[in-house]
Amino acid sequence: MTLLRYLRDRKQLTGTKEGCAEGDCGACSVAIAELGADGQPVWRSVNSCLVMLPMLQGKHVLTVEALKQGEAYHPAQVSMTKALGSQCGYCTPGIVMSMFEATYRKDLDAPWKLDDQLCGNLCRCTGYRPIRDAAEEVAGTCPNDGFTPAKPESMELAYEAHGQRFVTPGTFEALWQELDAHPDARFVVGGTDLCLEVTKKFAVIPKLVSLEGLTELKQVSETDAFFRIGSGVSIAELETFSATRLPSLHRMVRYFAARQIKHRGTVGGNLCTASPIGDLPPALISLGATAVIRGRGGERRVLLEQFFVGYRKTALATKELLVAVEVPRPASSARAVCYKVSKRRELDISTVSAGFYVDTDGEGVVTVARLAYGGMAATTLRAAGAEAALVGKAWSAQNVALAAKALATDFTPLSDHRGSAAYRSLVAANLLRGFFDETLEVRQPPLGSQHVATVQSAEEVRHG
Amino acid sequence: MVENPGSPLHQPLLHESAQRHASGEAKYVDDFPAPAGMLVAQAAGGSHARGRIRSVDISKAKLVPGVVAVLTARDIPGQNNVGPVIHDEELLASQQVHFLGQPVVLVVAESLEACRAGVAAVKIDLEASAPIVTIEQAIAAGSWLSDEHRMQRGDVGAALATADVRFQGEVRTGGQDHFYLETQVTLAIPEENRALKLYCSTQHPSEVQAIVAHVLHCGRHQVVVEVPRMGGGFGGKETQAAPWAAMAALAALKTGRPVKVWLNRDQDMLLTGKRHPFLTKFDVGFSKDGTLVGLDAQLVSDGGFSNDLSRAILDRALFHSDNGYFLPHVRLTGRVAKTNLPSNTAFRGFGGPQGMALIEDLISRFCERTGLDPVEVRRKNFYGAAPRNLTPYWQEVKDNRLPRIFDELLASSDYTKRRAEVAAFNAKSTSSKRGLALTPVKFGISFTTGFLNQAGALVVLYADGTVQLNHGGTEMGQGLHTKMLAICAHELGVLPENVRVMNTSTEKVPNTSATAASSGADLNGQAVKNACETLRSRLAPIAARLLGGADERELVFRGGHVFLGEHPEQWVAFDALTSEAHLAQVSMSATGFYRTPDITFDRNSGRGKPFHYFAYGAAVCEVELSALTGEHRLRRVDILHDVGNSLAPTIDRGQIEGAFIQGVGWLTSEELRFDAQGFLRTHSPDTYKIPAFGDAPREFHVALLQNAAQYDVVHGSKAVGEPPLMLALAVVAALRDAVTAFGPKGREVKLDMPCTAEALLFAVEAQRQ
Ligand SMILES: Cc1cc2nc3c(=O)[nH]c(=O)nc-3n(C[C@H](O)[C@H](O)[C@H](O)COP(=O)(O)OP(=O)(O)OC[C@H]3O[C@@H](n4cnc5c(N)ncnc54)[C@H](O)[C@@H]3O)c2cc1C
Ligand code: FES
Ligand code: FES
Repeated sequence: MTLLRYLRDRKQLTGTKEGCAEGDCGACSVAIAELGADGQPVWRSVNSCLVMLPMLQGKHVLTVEALKQGEAYHPAQVSMTKALGSQCGYCTPGIVMSMFEATYRKDLDAPWKLDDQLCGNLCRCTGYRPIRDAAEEVAGTCPNDGFTPAKPESMELAYEAHGQRFVTPGTFEALWQELDAHPDARFVVGGTDLCLEVTKKFAVIPKLVSLEGLTELKQVSETDAFFRIGSGVSIAELETFSATRLPSLHRMVRYFAARQIKHRGTVGGNLCTASPIGDLPPALISLGATAVIRGRGGERRVLLEQFFVGYRKTALATKELLVAVEVPRPASSARAVCYKVSKRRELDISTVSAGFYVDTDGEGVVTVARLAYGGMAATTLRAAGAEAALVGKAWSAQNVALAAKALATDFTPLSDHRGSAAYRSLVAANLLRGFFDETLEVRQPPLGSQHVATVQSAEEVRHG
Repeated sequence: MVENPGSPLHQPLLHESAQRHASGEAKYVDDFPAPAGMLVAQAAGGSHARGRIRSVDISKAKLVPGVVAVLTARDIPGQNNVGPVIHDEELLASQQVHFLGQPVVLVVAESLEACRAGVAAVKIDLEASAPIVTIEQAIAAGSWLSDEHRMQRGDVGAALATADVRFQGEVRTGGQDHFYLETQVTLAIPEENRALKLYCSTQHPSEVQAIVAHVLHCGRHQVVVEVPRMGGGFGGKETQAAPWAAMAALAALKTGRPVKVWLNRDQDMLLTGKRHPFLTKFDVGFSKDGTLVGLDAQLVSDGGFSNDLSRAILDRALFHSDNGYFLPHVRLTGRVAKTNLPSNTAFRGFGGPQGMALIEDLISRFCERTGLDPVEVRRKNFYGAAPRNLTPYWQEVKDNRLPRIFDELLASSDYTKRRAEVAAFNAKSTSSKRGLALTPVKFGISFTTGFLNQAGALVVLYADGTVQLNHGGTEMGQGLHTKMLAICAHELGVLPENVRVMNTSTEKVPNTSATAASSGADLNGQAVKNACETLRSRLAPIAARLLGGADERELVFRGGHVFLGEHPEQWVAFDALTSEAHLAQVSMSATGFYRTPDITFDRNSGRGKPFHYFAYGAAVCEVELSALTGEHRLRRVDILHDVGNSLAPTIDRGQIEGAFIQGVGWLTSEELRFDAQGFLRTHSPDTYKIPAFGDAPREFHVALLQNAAQYDVVHGSKAVGEPPLMLALAVVAALRDAVTAFGPKGREVKLDMPCTAEALLFAVEAQRQ
């Protein structure tokens, strides 16, 4: 049972609304206490429609009903009321919960970051301007309001009811035992992919093993050669981590879903779902990442591009899991950017995505070219022909144009409701051309706050 | 009476429910605690969009544990029909299905899980035939829901033949899902003696009541429909709440237990109608200087499988194909195509946006071809003095506010300077270009079906001076209750906190019209005012007596007191007055009523005065468009809109901003993709993209036209719900402007609506060829 249905059907806490049951509208947002980067508990807004109750083991949850204490409204509620941030009011409790999180975030120091904080909440009535005003007023104000998040307790759990089994092992040994006893169990972490089977297709998943209790999977570490990112690292944590270390990846992560999903979704979940339109695969493949796979017998490593063996298929054997990805430090001489093209900038799945990494020698001759595309085939693929057209040649507009032409033989994309084959092909080539221009001066440029498209012009890069 | 300084009217009011919205305490139908024994019902439909029903097998469904009843067309005691105007829509299909998933069987069960299992166990055997899923297919097959409707004036053939610039082509606009955050829902509770109480999320409780009575074969007095508030409507709950309400009512009657019908998002998007897509063929002529000389246009809308409100919507598209421009010679025809899709329905603007999109597109195209300044061409064609004041339907345009709005907005938006900046930017930039445009809106206010222009209210006074306010309008977020409360408090001179707006209910105000056509405040406001005036006139003699035999005409009701004229020291408290009135045996409830005068339209001749007045506005939009991906950003928006003397400026600003962004969604990112089988591929927010936070422009300046009181409308105000949606057409004009910058001068941009990134990228490619 999802937290949302539990709140509404069992607890009559009907302030939390269902607008979609798929994480796309935010009407169901609640706040959960999680550990922040500094090890202290912080409030995080999440979509209650995609959280199964056992995933809350040991966690402190607040719903909108908790915010009004006696007759006193929380500052997020006061600012929404005063700004006329609600019209029909159906999105409002969810928005209030996202703003509740925002009041305790000190890092919302630019207007676009407020959009990023709130873009998981759709509102059909207001046009957002008043909500933005309300958010600007309270973000980062850290009111001393007594809503202290409790430190999460151990998530370890073994739970069986109505023929369904949910186990959260606390150690690898416990995990192996569970897998030996139930080799047909499925893994889950954030559940932002898996739970859709339950909330949209009404599937009954008899056996689930949550990897959330394995703290090792949440580690990030770095050596001189590479970054090691645990598979249980959330997309939100990845965003913070990549901001300073992997600017190209950061650009992709910024437009990965929205805040609520970023809190729950994980690196491992995104890779193991192996969707051809997942955002991390092209980004990480372009960076030359390696998958670290573990089974009872030990660990093995597979180059990430070989990890995806078919449409939604990975190289994982039964009873194996992905524990981490290792990402080599990008060379400072390398040009690297990730691009995501979707119908809507925020909270949308890619129509076409790309991760580019091109290194050159002192003479400006291409030594490494990794051009990985999503949305162009049944899996994320490198553009072999285009890469071959670049390596060993001068990094020039002319050669890039030739490489862009070669993409036509690298890919035969499909037409679907996100875009036609012709659009995908054209965009794929344009991204490569745009990449050349965008990286003329800055080799790994960050994304400006009011950028027009996923590819920026040289002018935009110059002015930020 | 002197204007009342202590009145909430014309003040920056907050939404009457704002605090309860923010605290989660505001209750919507699905939030009500389940009454004891409540069941849920869901419909089972066929797996083809078009076909004859060979057989329906419900035997297995009946055996599913938890299933209480399985109902088919045969179980309907009254008429199996829920068509609102033309009765062409079955509640449960009996012979034929006309769109994918059309309800055939209703499964009633103890839980949603049991219900779904019951639905899965229903077997519907169809003899399928090829569905019609596009307007082109319907035209080719001669598949129509209506005859041709025509409006014309002058000699269009001759005018076009001699026009300096003449061109032909097509204009397309897309559909739009309402995407109200709260999906369709009704809770039906059986009461004594086969009566029913319905809690329903609908803009039209009286019609739900009437349809339920038809279906159940009972008098309307047996059915009460109550609407607490809606989580958004936008037209989608005008007619289309009724089928689901009727299913809940039928199931409640059959089982004798409360029944809820709630659609999840996918069901709501797959099974309910949307904004009508339009395909228009046109032949237009201009003189060299940009004056429109003639327009001949054939508008075809996609009505879906049944009529619903399609004819009235098509009419409104014709009524708005002029927008604010005088067409000396004009012939407009319109026809509704029948397709095998859910029945398309009302959506904010009600055809008006589609009509306006046509003429705005034609003017843009003309300017692209000739290089004339779009602002000047638009201004040149505005309605003016007679004879240039006659619409294609022969209503005279009086009090045209567009010239004034254009002038003020050009100045406040710094248009001329920015035009130069855009040109300078475009001269330098190759991968992206900017576009700037100003477009006007003129929108007719009134239901074009004349008799609908009526409203009622019931105001109830208690002896302690507090007030319950009932009116026929429904609250869907537009702030109607807030405005009605303000009018009521103003008229009675009481404090707003002593007025409670009650849920809309058919037992309080009967035979109401839908809360639609932007008319909610105009019509209900007058009715509320009327009821309050009645009460005031009954209280006045008592107040005069309490004030020592004062002249009744000198009484001033204000802020919880009744004053004697200009003597602030002579007053009686309102609660003392009501308590005295009670002792004096005065009736303290009153109904109010209003009907709009002088609305006439003869559909056959296409002539009349369908509108009480026009609402005006204009928007300046600036965009930047990428030639690499087709993505764009809305850089800045300036709006000046005419809401008359606003009843509540804060609420009106919210309507303008919200409608504008909703229009932006319709015209850019929202794309309904049906496949050849009639299946909607974009049936959830995963794939159907309404605007999100970052799509709202950072620079978003909205102003209300000042000193603009409207004659003969409640307190000088004007309707605001729909008109600002069409301001978003300025985004399309600006995008087209940006596309032109990629190619040589004099080339018409090839761009349909919605202007998705894909459509824009191909438009740029075409421009560069
Ligand atoms: C509204 C919404 C928006 C989204 N937007 C985006 C987007 O913009 N870009 C994008 O790429 N994705 C997006 N997603 C998809 C999803 O959020 C991501 O794929 C996310 O990273 C999944 O992580 P998770 O932990 O939630 O996965 P889960 O749902 O928990 O798991 C997904 C799958 O991976 C398996 N799995 C998880 N971890 C491991 C492991 N360590 N070893 C082996 N198998 C494992 C699970 O068994 C399951 O099959 C979106 C989803 C939603 C609901
Ligand atoms: S219900 Fe829409 S995000 Fe959860
Ligand atoms: S206020 Fe209605 S959806 Fe936001």
